[in-house]
Amino acid sequence: MSAPLTHLQRLEAESIHIMREVAASFSKPVMLYSIGKDSSVLLHLAMKAFYPAKPPFPFLHVDTTWKFREMIAFRDRMAEELGFDLLVHINEDGVRDGINPFDHGSNVHTHVMKTVALRQALDKYGFDAAFGGARRDEEKSRAKERIFSFRNSSHGWDPKNQRPEMWKIYNTRIAQGESIRVFPLSNWTELDIWQYILQENIPIVPLYFAKKRPVVDRGGMTILVDDDRLKLQPDEKIEERKVRFRTLGCYPLTGAIDSDAETLEGIVAEMLTARTSERQGRLIDRDETGSMEKKKREGYF
Amino acid sequence: MLKVDEVLPDTETADIRTYLASQEKKTLLRFLTCGSVDDGKSTLIGRLLYDTKLIFEDQLATLEQDSKKHGTTGDDIDLALLVDGLEAERQQGITIDVAYRFFATPKRKFIVADTPGHEQYTRNMATGASSADLAVVLVDARQGVLAQTRRHSIIASLLGIRNIVLAVNKIDLVDFDEGVFKRIVAEYEAFAKDLGFASVVPIPMSARYGDNVTRASDKSPWYTGPSLIDHLETVDVEGDAAERPFRFPVQYVNRPNHEFRGFAGTVASGSIAVGHDVVVAKSGKRSRVKRIATYDGDRERASEGEAVTLLLDDEIEVSRGNMLVAPNARPHVADQLAANVVWFDEHPLLPGRMYLLRTETDQVNATVSHLKHRTNVNNFAHEAAKSLDLNEVGVCNFSLQAPIAFDSFEENRTTGAFVLIDRLTNATVGAGMILHPLRRAANIHWQALDVTKASRSELKHQKPAVLWFTGLSGSGKSTIANLLEKKLHAAGRHTYILDGDNVRHGLNRDLGFTEEDRVENIRRVAEVARLMAEAGLIVLVSFISPFRAERRMARDLMTEGEFIEVFIDTPFEECARRDPKGLYARALKGEIKNFTGVDSPYEVPELADVHLPTVDRSPEDLVEELETWLKERGYC
Repeated sequence: MSAPLTHLQRLEAESIHIMREVAASFSKPVMLYSIGKDSSVLLHLAMKAFYPAKPPFPFLHVDTTWKFREMIAFRDRMAEELGFDLLVHINEDGVRDGINPFDHGSNVHTHVMKTVALRQALDKYGFDAAFGGARRDEEKSRAKERIFSFRNSSHGWDPKNQRPEMWKIYNTRIAQGESIRVFPLSNWTELDIWQYILQENIPIVPLYFAKKRPVVDRGGMTILVDDDRLKLQPDEKIEERKVRFRTLGCYPLTGAIDSDAETLEGIVAEMLTARTSERQGRLIDRDETGSMEKKKREGYF
Repeated sequence: MLKVDEVLPDTETADIRTYLASQEKKTLLRFLTCGSVDDGKSTLIGRLLYDTKLIFEDQLATLEQDSKKHGTTGDDIDLALLVDGLEAERQQGITIDVAYRFFATPKRKFIVADTPGHEQYTRNMATGASSADLAVVLVDARQGVLAQTRRHSIIASLLGIRNIVLAVNKIDLVDFDEGVFKRIVAEYEAFAKDLGFASVVPIPMSARYGDNVTRASDKSPWYTGPSLIDHLETVDVEGDAAERPFRFPVQYVNRPNHEFRGFAGTVASGSIAVGHDVVVAKSGKRSRVKRIATYDGDRERASEGEAVTLLLDDEIEVSRGNMLVAPNARPHVADQLAANVVWFDEHPLLPGRMYLLRTETDQVNATVSHLKHRTNVNNFAHEAAKSLDLNEVGVCNFSLQAPIAFDSFEENRTTGAFVLIDRLTNATVGAGMILHPLRRAANIHWQALDVTKASRSELKHQKPAVLWFTGLSGSGKSTIANLLEKKLHAAGRHTYILDGDNVRHGLNRDLGFTEEDRVENIRRVAEVARLMAEAGLIVLVSFISPFRAERRMARDLMTEGEFIEVFIDTPFEECARRDPKGLYARALKGEIKNFTGVDSPYEVPELADVHLPTVDRSPEDLVEELETWLKERGYC
């Protein structure tokens, strides 16, 4: 008899199983790579699932052109080191129209540069399955989503009419033009993610660790001054504060927290005593109640 | 009372490591809450999350805001809104789909599936139950055991759940009356005694106020059992720890180079070590495990639940859908089996209709050869039935187009389960729990014949084919088929016509015109057509065959390229005007039931091989077009 698997071993095995199902059942899968901690775990698991082969699918980064500079540097370094196939897509129409989070607001910016851009990329390459790093513990509508989540030919999600998902038997059948979003980390919690990063020594973007950084307070959030596109309002001033990020997105839409956590252990300790949820730092979830569900129905991950 | 904060360490690195190590040792319990609508399932989970301090400040603020807007609890916060995440759910105050929530206590981690109580969303309850080890069945103390309580209990039992908590909720609304509690418990236990549960633990509680949820209530001094959380923290769901035989469904063949040919999959049961013998389930070929490869280095051993890659000593044929198994305890390999089925779709399960049967890694076409009975969810009675409707459960015999490897669901929840998929819509329409293989197929082997279809058709100097004429009654199918046969016959071809009406006088005279009978009617005709094609004939089938699924089934029965679907496309109005047999007039008056085009649908072919619109064209003209089509492809 062998010892029962630990919690993380079970989660790891489940995720690997899901990735192999996709590789075996779809003709053109892709892994969405958003450079954050969940994506880093996803990438690590993909390396494991197909060892000694490389993951048999490309990694797609939808670049809104407003990501933190450190994220882009990290992305390129990982692609280089691990040798995976990296695709970067930017919505050029949005760039041409000058869409940005300052003038157009988080809603329009996210819709054009993220949701629409993602749909463009999926259509351009004809992907029939796309992995995402979403977890069910993140947000209420995500708690409702299947691991294999069906999308119609215009990438829409119909939350009221999801396919039953029994055991580990996944229905991978789709018609021409339809696709499936796959969430191998569905059953992981934020604590599991950090614990796994710690256990496996997974590299993550340095922005997760506390460091003195130039920030401004705006609309109740602490925004990093990542480049000169951030224009100061008359009453704002740049401060050097020791901050870090719990999640990473577009820098003008992602709030930093004051923190002393310079190590993974420090991050975990801080998380365990946190009184707010991780998505609290994300402006886009709060535009209106139920806004994540709305975005997901439109094709957001 | 529970205090997560108590176990929180200070921020010293070593302490964090120790804390995480202790987290890793915690076991995980997956459970679901189920029961009838408004019994308080979502509120209960909200209460668990709230009392275990898993609600963050921002979530609490949103909750207070939502409670004012949608809440059903007056001025108090409505805990159910923590779980009902879909807009439609919050607006209607109901649960539509299963939500998964996560929480932990100092003793255990939990994943809870909050499932909907409405009958129409039963499939979402089944989704939540399929991965659970325990079910909390809620009953409203004022309502007692309802039909949905029983349905959910039966489905939980069928899906292999052996541990039940009977949560008699809203006990505050009956003034913590012990008599009410005892009556409900007695009623439930009488009902559940045949469901094979290992334990049924009844707890009186108030999810809204927290009594007996995370703390013993002083309002129910007559209850001395555990609170819900005490029970969930300590209940043993592992059951029998005896090692089960090795099962490894092959998911993916990993061939990065010539030296490496690995079979990737998750160990479904038992364990395996380097040097052990394994057998390929479907072929019976034997080999030995050479390596167990993982990213973290080669392993000596792998056991249940681990996702690994196996390399074998010999170059034997193994592909996705097959299974590597213990040589001395093999699974069944058969193409006929009996299973419990839960039906999820608005379109009923019909015997004779072909579905896609999918196990964890294998998939095969399957028809229900016999619907043995439907189970009445109120009293377990086995009732005769011709179909299974949405949310019904029953026992079916299945006939598969190719054998699969499996165990009974009772022996192995991983290798004994399957789902059924509609081949046209790709919807997941049912779930199956295998009871046993049917020996009938095992004992009747295919007799190998020396004279083959090829030799028979060669003698006739022709290519066998099945021309399947579909279209409304009176569209001209028989006229065209008849004319075509005359021409083929004159050209020296060996042919035969199977006509819908004629066959109903003989082979199919026991069948009526209900949807089930129509499916069986076509199945038989397709089988006969196949035999005739085997004999080398060109078969002309003239059948309304209104359903796509059955035409697809007929196509799948034939050898690739031998099935030619001919759509005789005459509009309804034109057929009704012609009405050669006077049937439309009678059907429109309501004298004939289930008449295609009138009160029964005709599903227009989407991919007919030959499409013949008939309006303004003579039969001779149409036959000539068809003949040309056949000539170009070497049939005549």
